[in-house]
Amino acid sequence: MIPEIGEFALIIALFLSAVLALVPMYGAATVNELWMSYAKPLAKGQFLFMLISFICLGYAFSQDDFSVIYVAQHSNSQMPIQFKLSAIWGGHEGSLLLWAFILSGWTLAVSLFSRSLPLDMLARVLSVMGIIATGFISFLLVTSSPFLRYLPSFPEDGADLNPLLQDFGLIVHPPMLYMGYVGFSVAFSFAIAALLSGRLDTAWARWSRSWTNIAWAFLGLGITLGSWWAYYELGWGGWWFWDPVENASLMPWLVGTALVHSLAATEKRGVFKSWTLLLAIFAFSLSLLGTFLVRSGVLTSVHAFASDPERGFFILMLLAITMGGSLTLYAFKAPNVKSESNFSWLSREVLLLVNNVFLTVMAVTVLLGTLYPLLIDALGAGKISVGPPYFNAVFVPIMGTMAVAMGISVAVRWRETSTKVVIDKLWLPAAISILCGLIFPFFYGSGFDFRVFIGISVSLWVISTVITEFIGKFRNAQSFSIKLKQLPFSYYGMMLAHIGVAVTAIGITLVSTYSEERDIRMAKGDSVELAGYQFIFQGTHVVKGPNYVADQATIEVLESGTFVVTLHPEKRRYNVKRNMMTEADIDAGLFRDLYVALGEPLNNGEAWAVRVHYKPYVRWLWLGGILMALGGLLTVADKRYRQSKAEPEDAYV
Amino acid sequence: MSRLLLFIPLLLFFVLAAFLWKGLSIDPRELPSALLDKPFPEFSLSPLREPEQIVTTKDFIGQPVLVNVWATWCPSCRQEHEQLLAISQSGEIPIIGLNYKDERELALNWLQQLGNPYQFNIYDVDGMLGLDLGVYGAPETYLLDAQGIIRYRHVGVLTAQAWQDLKVIIKGWDSVKN
Amino acid sequence: MTPKRKKRLTIILGLVFGTALIVGLVMFSLSENINLFYSTSQIANGEAPVGTRIRAGGMVVDGSVKRSTDSLKVQFALTDYEQQVTVEFTGILPDLFREGQGIIAQGKMDANGIFQADEVLAKHDENYMPPEIAESMKKKQEAQK
Repeated sequence: MIPEIGEFALIIALFLSAVLALVPMYGAATVNELWMSYAKPLAKGQFLFMLISFICLGYAFSQDDFSVIYVAQHSNSQMPIQFKLSAIWGGHEGSLLLWAFILSGWTLAVSLFSRSLPLDMLARVLSVMGIIATGFISFLLVTSSPFLRYLPSFPEDGADLNPLLQDFGLIVHPPMLYMGYVGFSVAFSFAIAALLSGRLDTAWARWSRSWTNIAWAFLGLGITLGSWWAYYELGWGGWWFWDPVENASLMPWLVGTALVHSLAATEKRGVFKSWTLLLAIFAFSLSLLGTFLVRSGVLTSVHAFASDPERGFFILMLLAITMGGSLTLYAFKAPNVKSESNFSWLSREVLLLVNNVFLTVMAVTVLLGTLYPLLIDALGAGKISVGPPYFNAVFVPIMGTMAVAMGISVAVRWRETSTKVVIDKLWLPAAISILCGLIFPFFYGSGFDFRVFIGISVSLWVISTVITEFIGKFRNAQSFSIKLKQLPFSYYGMMLAHIGVAVTAIGITLVSTYSEERDIRMAKGDSVELAGYQFIFQGTHVVKGPNYVADQATIEVLESGTFVVTLHPEKRRYNVKRNMMTEADIDAGLFRDLYVALGEPLNNGEAWAVRVHYKPYVRWLWLGGILMALGGLLTVADKRYRQSKAEPEDAYV
Repeated sequence: MSRLLLFIPLLLFFVLAAFLWKGLSIDPRELPSALLDKPFPEFSLSPLREPEQIVTTKDFIGQPVLVNVWATWCPSCRQEHEQLLAISQSGEIPIIGLNYKDERELALNWLQQLGNPYQFNIYDVDGMLGLDLGVYGAPETYLLDAQGIIRYRHVGVLTAQAWQDLKVIIKGWDSVKN
Repeated sequence: MTPKRKKRLTIILGLVFGTALIVGLVMFSLSENINLFYSTSQIANGEAPVGTRIRAGGMVVDGSVKRSTDSLKVQFALTDYEQQVTVEFTGILPDLFREGQGIIAQGKMDANGIFQADEVLAKHDENYMPPEIAESMKKKQEAQK
């Protein structure tokens, strides 16, 4: 009964979203206030029924209702409850339901927190979101309902969830990522609403800025979590694989980063309007493209769900309608590109433009690398794959150049800054970072290393310019604490995010240069030396988990004779599918991780293949990701975005 | 002039969409169907019901048949069971079961509970015939012509749609004969 | 030239130069880093180049996996049900590596016709049910009898 209620709620939600897509839009076109005012209640109703539907699926999972095909394929009665619930988004149908549910959540949020918006704008924005929801909910109902049942007879127990997904990472990673993906639909809807209304002033940029920043922060957090999860769960010690699905999340993030910056320029200075609109359309389109790539099975990937041409066709249609429609609208209604400019070479506008160009180029190169196998295959020229070296070779130099521009950008003003002022501000940070970059490899490693020099210099450059600029703000201030409060939150957000980029860059540089790893055969009592640590293998014993049995090894780690830690990596065998799973054990630290994973038993368990890693500064990768996301969220707290239209500008403190 | 520039993104998207469209029709997981248009591999195994006897390809060559790979451990097989029963009741083509890496007792029990659409079952406990046949996973269904040549391979659940496709092929043979 | 024209010219030159640089970088990296895929039959027929990094895919032949007793060296045969290729790999195999399972190996062909893999990836499809299934499922079914 409950799954049927879920399905029924989904049908009602579809109906509501279809009405939401049509009525307020028509009301806005004909200036009918009553029709426009239907937008808010419809958004609320849609969310309510999506919530009911979502809860119904959760209930089916928690009650082990294996008559539901989706539950039977992704759960098992032995699974712990938290994994039963997160298994909701462990497969295609459920993750699509999560997608649609989060979309309805964003729609609700826009309807609740947009009191300052003019009614027609709000009506159009919510209508556009209604159109997207209509597309996705019909996709769910037509090709991938999670509520279908096995009739007349059904399995006694479920087929279990892929053990890789039975992990804390799966509980948090997809919802975060989807919050980001789907969140870009808000920026998209604002852009479309602005194009439709023809009011392409800077107001739409201000309205959509905070929404974009939140979505961007969630997406960044989602990617960071995914990287961290892959690192500890896959047992290989890698943190980024340039897998098509990872790329699918990176592309909207890159374009989203460009959008966040370009929105700032559009809002503050009224420049790059057409470009900002285009970025808003592309950020969401790339999210949809990512969904297409994952769901349609056109690219093989570790993440790819079972390929189904029918589903692929449906998403391609959705993509064609949203992208084709919005780009056509854009081509006809976007403001003309003006070649006149009222800013000079050295101005914040130009540097933001440079940042945008770099980020877009990076997104394009990633897109090209991801789709290249598909292009070659479509042209009938054979089956190929593009390896990580391509991405590294292209990505790293562009990223590095952009970081140099990042440092300069914080020191320049809008419109115009004299070269002398900039040089005065920046020579010291430049000298310090180059010097530190030169010394660091001698001090930390065994000798000069060009990559480390570049990586460290550039990262320190970004950090030191931000700090110099921050200190500079106090030069003429009467009181330190007053000035500290006067600076807007968005300024602190920017600082935090830029420092985050540098922290991630330091992590990437050091972990890819100074990591050490060994695969070795170890019998009881054997020991291995790595990066000054001694790992002693003390044998394995069997432990039992809720739905698996594991061989657990005991490995003692010593550093120059003194005890550091005991690690317990496991080799699990899950009861249901008899899948083997490597559960690495990690001694995490701010400056280094010790990472041990079990391979396979050799000579009937007499010895084990063991993989030992030393990963310096690997935590900085994710720390930087968190700082960036926090920075994005902090800008939203800025008082500029919180004022309602009824109150004067300085009413808020 | 500059208005035309704004059409560039749309054009780029059309090119991309065309490739994605093409990409949909290419399945990167397409399996090497090495045995297509080749004879069904020779084997000598016992039928599911009679452990002492032996079945070979001779037991079904002479008429077109469907060979359905199934097992009790496979939930999707349960899903397609209804369809198989319907085909066997329609009498259009006999179905031979290939019980794959399964246990005899469980398989017999399954047929008793759910109904038996198969003319007989080949009991392939080690999956050796499955290996020769290139079975990727259960369920899979092969269409053989009267000479025992594999003419079509369907991977996954045999849906009503897939059965319609098969029927078209079988009808084609009939019309050639007449 | 007026200052405005000069500025515009600089912008165009800069854009052309930047685009050329990036296109060059992308083309070079692509040509260096794509891996062609070969089936085991193609390799056995000598179609795969020796010494170039390629990918090979196929099923691991049952009973072909041989391990060295004192190191992490593994040897196995890969097949597409037509012809076989011997693969050698040193290191830890992925969890989903099994005999009869489909895998993809990356590496180079050596002079002796052996594929020297430096990476082994197990294909994994959630919908493919391994025969070694559901203890509990079976238990419950047996309990029903």
